[in-house]
Amino acid sequence: MSAADVQEAITRAHREQWARVVASLARRFGDLDIAEDAAAEAFAVAVERWPADGVPPNPGGWLTSTANRRAIDRIRRESKRDDKQKEAQLLHDDDPPGPSGAIDDQRLRLIFTCCHPALAMESRVALTLRLVAGLTVPEIARALLVQETAMGQRITRAKAKIRAARIPYRVPSAEDLPARVSSVLVVLFLVFNEGYLATGPGTDPVRHDLTTEAIRLTRLTRALMPDNGEVAGLLALMLLTEARRAARVSASGELITLIEQDRRAWDTALIAEGHRLVRERLAAGAAPGRYQILAAIAAVHTSACDVRDTDWSQVVALYDQLVRLDPSPIVALNRAIAVAELDGPEVALAAIDRLDRRLAGYHAYHATRADLLRRLSRGQESRAAYDKAIELAGNTAEIAYLTRRRDQLGLLAVIDWGRHAAQPPRRADLTATGSGSAGWRLAARAGRRSHRLPPRTRPASTPRSRKSRIRGHRLPPRRASGVARRPWPGGP
Amino acid sequence: MQYLVSVIDATAGLATPDEMAAIDVFNDRLIADGHWVFAGGLAAPSSATVIDNRGEEPIFTDGPFLESKEYLAGFWIIDVADLDAALKLATEGSKACHRKVEVRPFQ
Repeated sequence: MSAADVQEAITRAHREQWARVVASLARRFGDLDIAEDAAAEAFAVAVERWPADGVPPNPGGWLTSTANRRAIDRIRRESKRDDKQKEAQLLHDDDPPGPSGAIDDQRLRLIFTCCHPALAMESRVALTLRLVAGLTVPEIARALLVQETAMGQRITRAKAKIRAARIPYRVPSAEDLPARVSSVLVVLFLVFNEGYLATGPGTDPVRHDLTTEAIRLTRLTRALMPDNGEVAGLLALMLLTEARRAARVSASGELITLIEQDRRAWDTALIAEGHRLVRERLAAGAAPGRYQILAAIAAVHTSACDVRDTDWSQVVALYDQLVRLDPSPIVALNRAIAVAELDGPEVALAAIDRLDRRLAGYHAYHATRADLLRRLSRGQESRAAYDKAIELAGNTAEIAYLTRRRDQLGLLAVIDWGRHAAQPPRRADLTATGSGSAGWRLAARAGRRSHRLPPRTRPASTPRSRKSRIRGHRLPPRRASGVARRPWPGGP
Repeated sequence: MQYLVSVIDATAGLATPDEMAAIDVFNDRLIADGHWVFAGGLAAPSSATVIDNRGEEPIFTDGPFLESKEYLAGFWIIDVADLDAALKLATEGSKACHRKVEVRPFQ
């Protein structure tokens, strides 16, 4: 076996076995600290020994027994120091320790404990990435843009609270399950969204590592709770969103909206898997929760090979269903974006203007307004809305997109002025103020076209349109589009 | 495992008769289910006295140790298996007394 093969075996064992090792040790020793440290030590031993001794036939079993020995060593050392302290650290677990059946996988206990609602959301995300996904503290710190020491402290504090407050290490009762599952799904979705629409000026706009990790964790959760419709819904939603990843950011780092994306770049395998899950949920016939509805909306979008084939009435109908479950202004905003396609921008604008106060700090609200105003040829108001959206947006690709949109608007804004001015400016006046700058060119065009609005023009230089021209394919209709169409609150 | 469930109040008002009745029902259930350790309502913070006897002479100060808009108005001490059980009871307690509550484990 080559060194590369051994390395690959270790990587695979880490991906597949980490959560299992941590979960089984947490169950056996009743302490997350011991479980985490012993698991990390076992993997370190594997890195040291497998290249020389070869990869064991059952890597998972080897890792678990190695970690068990390390944990016992540590407990012996510590029990000499302070029996009482060790006693106090025990995780609370009603059931007697022992081998667990297939239904109650220990990893499920681990997931529910890490995503306990008594922990702060940031702590839930950090603990899940550390204990379930097996990311190291520096990796998590980088992923979530937090200082490494601060991240270490956050994880330590969370584990200390689990011990001190006696957060139970178990799968919640059937009665509590829906609420607790949704707490887990929020964490998984947060990891995914941070990857899909990364915030922060220094990061890539799409963090593939995080979206992949979130999908992996959701697949695991799905495998552990195959009958849960919302888990299936979230997985489908993630797959149908991830499928569009390659088409979503241009070569120049600018966001490409759902409407403008080159749909040939979508991942058909992920779409097929997502559609299968959505169909499975439809066949189940149970009332869908929010993730299932969002997945169904994503399925409608990904069913249209051409944006013009999008069944917008279906999208709006699904949003209506979602509004009944979740009457939040963000859902109403997303619904309005679909309404704009069905009933026109004026109707949509009236709907979102009613949300004004509650969404004033949300960049997507202003971006949506900017787009609708632009489509209604209200250039000045549109510009102000773009300014606000750019000020509030955190994603670099989205900022680039919004900025280009706003700057193209320069044209429209001046045209507005030209249209309403009593007399169009004479050419001589324009030359005097312009002296060859961009401002001159825009003003000059405004002068020429003051009597008429231009047709909606395609931005001349988006990579997407270049590519299409090179390949000689027909360009899609350049709909007046705006912000990324958000099929769900929190990310396009 | 014992938990302190603190009742947090921001108004000067006492519990209304309806609230008192709801608290009584809740207390009876705590006792019947074996979770009751102790409970009590406190007089207004302005009635408190702070004593510091770390020095040579004890010092008495009129008023609570912390002046704040929100204050401790009462508490339960409950005995339950774990935080999930404590949170469930505290959730009911908050509804019964119609105030925010804080759950904190004893060491």
